Amino acid sequence: MTALLEVEDLRVAYGKIEAVKGISFTVEAGQVVTLIGTNGAGKTTTLRTLSGLLKPVSGRIVFDGKPLTDVPAHKVVSLGLAHSPEGRHIFPRLTITENLQLGAYLRNDKAGIEKDIQRAYDLFPILGERRKQAAGTLSGGEQQMLAMGRALMCQPKLLMLDEPSMGLSPIMMQKIMETIVELKAQGTTILLVEQNAQAALSLADHGHVMEVGKIVLSGTGADLLHDESVRKAYLGED
Amino acid sequence: MNELPQQLANGLILGAMYGLIAIGYTMVYGIIQLINFAHGEIFMIGGFGALTVYLWMPAGVSLLAIIPLMIIGGVICSVAVSTAAERFAYRPLRNAPRLAPLITAIGLSLALQQAIWKWYPDAKKDRSFPQFKGEAIDIFGAHIQRGDLFVLITAPICMIALGLFVSKTRSGRGMQATSQDPDTAKLMGINTDRIIVMAFAIGAAFAAVAAVAYGLKNGQIGFKMGFIMGLKAFTAAVLGGIGNIYGAMLGGVVLGIAESLATGYMSNVPGMELFGGGAWKDVWAFVLLIIVLLLRPQGLLGERVADRA
Repeated sequence: MTALLEVEDLRVAYGKIEAVKGISFTVEAGQVVTLIGTNGAGKTTTLRTLSGLLKPVSGRIVFDGKPLTDVPAHKVVSLGLAHSPEGRHIFPRLTITENLQLGAYLRNDKAGIEKDIQRAYDLFPILGERRKQAAGTLSGGEQQMLAMGRALMCQPKLLMLDEPSMGLSPIMMQKIMETIVELKAQGTTILLVEQNAQAALSLADHGHVMEVGKIVLSGTGADLLHDESVRKAYLGED
Repeated sequence: MNELPQQLANGLILGAMYGLIAIGYTMVYGIIQLINFAHGEIFMIGGFGALTVYLWMPAGVSLLAIIPLMIIGGVICSVAVSTAAERFAYRPLRNAPRLAPLITAIGLSLALQQAIWKWYPDAKKDRSFPQFKGEAIDIFGAHIQRGDLFVLITAPICMIALGLFVSKTRSGRGMQATSQDPDTAKLMGINTDRIIVMAFAIGAAFAAVAAVAYGLKNGQIGFKMGFIMGLKAFTAAVLGGIGNIYGAMLGGVVLGIAESLATGYMSNVPGMELFGGGAWKDVWAFVLLIIVLLLRPQGLLGERVADRA
């Protein structure tokens, strides 16, 4: 069986500075795969390349059997790849409902869109309560929920989440992680980028540790969680 | 006789024109943060496009019947030049430092003026523009020339249509999203390049309508007409809050009325006798801009939003 997403020897550079130096990994349908690592490891760059916002220098990306390397960003989402970007990036002057509708920009099934908006409200009740409020007035955690809900609106085959726990209170972070577990249980395939290695590894099927643009270690979530070097470097143990 | 209604009407007519042109500055700025200094020339080209259509028409057809065709002709010329400028002059500089497209815009502005001067027949002097014949109409104690009715009718129609487009249609929503966060808009599947072209096109179309209004009001158009009108419209856009389409219209009307009132009444203010009259109207327009920017830097309707918490 072929993987839903295959990345092979991907290299990405900003000018002369190479940020991603030849990484390869796969994501199977139904899995949660996580990329962990410190700031500047190339995790966000990888996701931005997958969704077409950055052009790779070389390498191959195959998603659902189709090459992605030359597809412009606004067409990637129509293939079923959704990206919830780092820093949330909700549309601040539009309401929550309008933000969710934008997630379904390319869909034409009005009834289906309504149903999925309702689904987002069921997943995050606070969004339903504030649906007419401008998204810029939400708290960081609520904005993160909105960003995730919005990414789900295109009914993605693969959901990419970039640092969903960044800057959130422990309670809010807990809530976001629970939601990821719930989405996984519903069968959503997820590629999760996180600095919070503990949280990410404990819910991922598979994990990759990135350091300065390379994958230095791969394994199941449980294996990495118990790996001594990972515990030392990312989980703050001596 | 009380001349206040007349002054207000004059201001409104002028202001509606400023507002229509200001839409083009504000939409483009709202999406790509470019001050399109060539927009005044897009307005001017709309005028020449409309005039060309008029000159093609057989003699004896009533102006009222030709006006729609003149608008279409002006809009086609303006939109063609504006979208071509976007594609070939601005788009290659999308990721360049801000100064590069700005200087390009200034250069384009001069180039377009000179192109009309050189190649449009007899455009080295002002060319006369058709006029509506007939008596002025009295409304609320103000004499309104028939030609001036044009802008009083078209400007509100254009504004309502634009408001509906932006808030109700998918492309309009895409436009709002692109202006707030272009990269994330792409992640939603929005073709932002197409949205940018659309912003240039809508702005150009409105400028062409304004140019027809200008021609009908003044009876002549010329290759230099875009400079001062463009500058005033840009002022109107900043006054209303640049990036906000309703602000552009409001800014235009406020500016037009302020100019008109200053022209009419400043000489009645004790000690200010010297500063009344038409010669000083531009001064008062920019004084108003400076005052508003001192008190409300984001403009009348500009928003200060906590983007990205």
